[in-house]
Amino acid sequence: MRAAVIVFPGSNCDADAAWAWEQATGGPAVRIWHDTADLGGAEVAILPGGFAYGDYLRCGALCRFSPAMQAVVAAAGRGLPVLGICNGFQILCEAGLLPGVLGRNAHLRFVCTTATVRVDQPATAWTSACAPGQRLRLPIAHGEGRYWLAAEELAALRQRGGVVFRYCDASGEAAAEANPNGSLDQIAGVCNPEGNVVGLMPHPERAVDALLGGTDGRVLLQSVLRWSTRAHAGAAARG
Amino acid sequence: MAEQRGLAPVWTQVGLTAAEYRDICARLGREPNDVELGMFGAMWSEHCSYKSSRAFLGRLPTEGPQVLVGPGENAGVLDLGDGHAVALRMESHNHPSAVEPFQGAATGVGGILRDIFTMGARPVALLDGLRFGLPDGERNRYLAARVTEGIAHYGNCVGVPTVGGETAFDPAYEGNPLVNVLCVGYLETRHLQRGAAPGPGNAVLLIGNRTGRDGIHGASLLASRTFATEASGLRPAVQVGDPFVGKLLIEASLELATRGLLRGLNDLGAAGITSAAAETAGRAGTGVVLDIEAVPCREEGMTPYEVMLSESQERMLAVAAPNDVAAVEAVCRHFGLQCARIGSVSDDGRLRVRWHGEVVADIPAAALSHGAPRYRRRQIRPAAATAWSPGPRRPDLRPGDVAPTLLALLARPTIASKAWLYRQYDHQVQTNTVLPPGRGDAAVLRHRPTGRGIALSLDMGGRLCALDPYTGAALVVAEAARNVACAGGRPLGITNCLNFPNPERPTVMGAFVRTIDGMAAACRRLVIPVTGGNVSLYNETAGRAIHPTPAVGMLGVLADAGAARGSGPAAAGQVVCLLGPAGRARLDGSEYQVMRFGRSAGRPLAPQWAVERALLSVLGDADLGLASAHDAAEGGLAVALAECVLTADGTVGLDVDLPAPRGQGTALRLDSLLFGEGPGRVVVTLAEDALAGLLERCALEALACRRIGRTVPGGARLRLAVGGRVLCDLGGDELGVWKGAVGAWLDGQPAGG
Repeated sequence: MRAAVIVFPGSNCDADAAWAWEQATGGPAVRIWHDTADLGGAEVAILPGGFAYGDYLRCGALCRFSPAMQAVVAAAGRGLPVLGICNGFQILCEAGLLPGVLGRNAHLRFVCTTATVRVDQPATAWTSACAPGQRLRLPIAHGEGRYWLAAEELAALRQRGGVVFRYCDASGEAAAEANPNGSLDQIAGVCNPEGNVVGLMPHPERAVDALLGGTDGRVLLQSVLRWSTRAHAGAAARG
Repeated sequence: MAEQRGLAPVWTQVGLTAAEYRDICARLGREPNDVELGMFGAMWSEHCSYKSSRAFLGRLPTEGPQVLVGPGENAGVLDLGDGHAVALRMESHNHPSAVEPFQGAATGVGGILRDIFTMGARPVALLDGLRFGLPDGERNRYLAARVTEGIAHYGNCVGVPTVGGETAFDPAYEGNPLVNVLCVGYLETRHLQRGAAPGPGNAVLLIGNRTGRDGIHGASLLASRTFATEASGLRPAVQVGDPFVGKLLIEASLELATRGLLRGLNDLGAAGITSAAAETAGRAGTGVVLDIEAVPCREEGMTPYEVMLSESQERMLAVAAPNDVAAVEAVCRHFGLQCARIGSVSDDGRLRVRWHGEVVADIPAAALSHGAPRYRRRQIRPAAATAWSPGPRRPDLRPGDVAPTLLALLARPTIASKAWLYRQYDHQVQTNTVLPPGRGDAAVLRHRPTGRGIALSLDMGGRLCALDPYTGAALVVAEAARNVACAGGRPLGITNCLNFPNPERPTVMGAFVRTIDGMAAACRRLVIPVTGGNVSLYNETAGRAIHPTPAVGMLGVLADAGAARGSGPAAAGQVVCLLGPAGRARLDGSEYQVMRFGRSAGRPLAPQWAVERALLSVLGDADLGLASAHDAAEGGLAVALAECVLTADGTVGLDVDLPAPRGQGTALRLDSLLFGEGPGRVVVTLAEDALAGLLERCALEALACRRIGRTVPGGARLRLAVGGRVLCDLGGDELGVWKGAVGAWLDGQPAGG
């Protein structure tokens, strides 16, 4: 299965994401420079971490004007699985594919460590191989990861099962002490109503190799293989 | 009359002496004009010319079969084998960080990154050597917090992991913080790029940011003199970093290098275009003609003087054959970078600067790049230090005092965990970090193409160097090598940074020369070459001078990155051994001496080279099955044992019984055994069935190896006995003071980019 990793000026996790995709799925990953609308026939798209356009205006704010991102938005509307990691999550929120915003960490400092997250929604393209409540140890590295949205939107998000990942402690409790950035409701990642677009602050692409301390990120990248099989089967059935 | 313009002689306005001015006149055969004088002022500054230090740097050993590029280029390059190499360089950004810590530290990172990718190497790791005054001072806390943020700002944004370093707090750095930044890059040897301007007729291109009025006189006035007071008035001389453009420059430069489109590449750092043009011409033995009205400027009305001396960041000078210029421009356009053709290479050895056709400077390039005077300033050799005796009025510790003393030492900001700092650094990006900060005595990264690993350690002197510069410098080299070996690496080469006060004071110059000699001797004894580095002088403010502070960046190689070794035990039920001379320790200059007796005095113990070499050999042998290794440094053996517990995963403790104190000849005090400092001692853990092999090997190497205890299950815990008597039994909660102490000082500091 072919992945397009979208590269904006200032992206810096694109090589890691492409490599992780190949390690975890065995499929090829092509890096797509922001100035083209041609996604190269990819069956999934990954928006990698980094500091697109330096994050100088607002994290992720400028990317939605790029041809590549406009192509991703259009394809996502047709069901293309899209994963936004860290800065990619911020980009998805700014592009309107996901609800909410990501603000500066509550403690106002960049934080790089390993966090535990709980999978609250396994019915998405990127969590379909996870068990409900499964705990994953994933690296985090961000200065602006505090997820926020208005109370009524949060209620709607919960209502539709849009909260995919929450920071939790070792026992799986989504406790405030386990929250590294002050995110509302310990939210670490969310999805769109169709479940094909997922954004999260942790870095699954940094957790595919035991040599680097963990492989919990693999299941997310591998989930999409099952999802698209299912989607294709569904399409075939409908067709 | 050029000598009087305004109140001061013209040469003092650019930081030169009257004798240097006369020398310039003699070389030109006339008096320099304003632009030329400014160019000389920058290039002949201490910062750019090394005029006080160069005569002595040649004493450092720089050769070895693994050295592909030694001192004199933008970075050293070491051979990893199989067509792969690694570039490394360390630089200081002390003065800018004292004036404006956030931008000072950030541009320090930006500058050292450029030195690495200039060589055609992809930057893969950053480390920082930091020194601040004591954190009970408000300004010191502010500097520590803002320097940390500045490093994070640049390194995180460009996507180069900050994987290690060293931080200490000492009153000697009050007002004079040290920010030494080390960068390492990977390259294929065939893509090695030089900072030279060969081939008359080739085009000279300026790539990257526009040129502005920032940083003018950074080299001459900021970096090359002492400050009379806190120098916030010099803030306009500090540059401002733009890591976003820095990231684009990395990608563009590497694409240009791998496609072979360039004949030379040099970054613009101190002294801006002047330095880059003079150095590239100087290295190639050519000349350069510049038409500087073609330099894209950030603001209107900039003068030739400002254009030639601006230290605006994120700019590169590239040399390309005329036929390749269009391809170079296309690469730059792809990355959204400016690329301006500003001149060409000539064959007459001169740096000629034109402004709308009019020649505004015409100087022999070599006079700028290599022509600065070399001073052999007056030296007073430091008095021989004598060992310190606590005497009867300073009694030994009572056994009941051991636990509280250990906890107090663990909470000292120099010893305590630096997680508060390194958690702000992305240390995982590029997904090569096998041993991250806080886990081992050195950081370990994998080298994907070969499966090998590189181990990196940055170690700095300070208090011990103030007591005995020669021994102190040797100790820094020995510790850096030991750290790399503890992590499983075989030392391959060094980059250094020598931070000193005003060299015009003979005692400072004497200490500087002794430091070089001590470092050179250590490198020869361990057969490790120096690949280059940096000298930072004039680290004094209002009469307060720093300790002589040599910094050593050590790079080692592991045959298999998977063999990287942490400092904490990996499992319960294993054996704990102490390698090296257990009782060879002194209180002289130790953290304990400062804490308990309020002074640093005496004479540090020198490395025993046979012991150090044996340690490198044993620790570097992956077949011996050592599961962890940690050397005893600040705080001595007891602190080292506690650190083993604290850097493990929290499930394992140590149960250790040290031999009763016996010194060499005289009875060793309990405090010397536990908290005294001395080189050559390493705590290792290993499986029971590997013990016989270790003992046999150590016997062969004539290295002391003593079984001192076991690793135990049930969580973090240190049970420490001496001669069978338990002196402390501390659990994870108590030992946890180590984790929070630095944050307790720095948490309240303002944050926010």
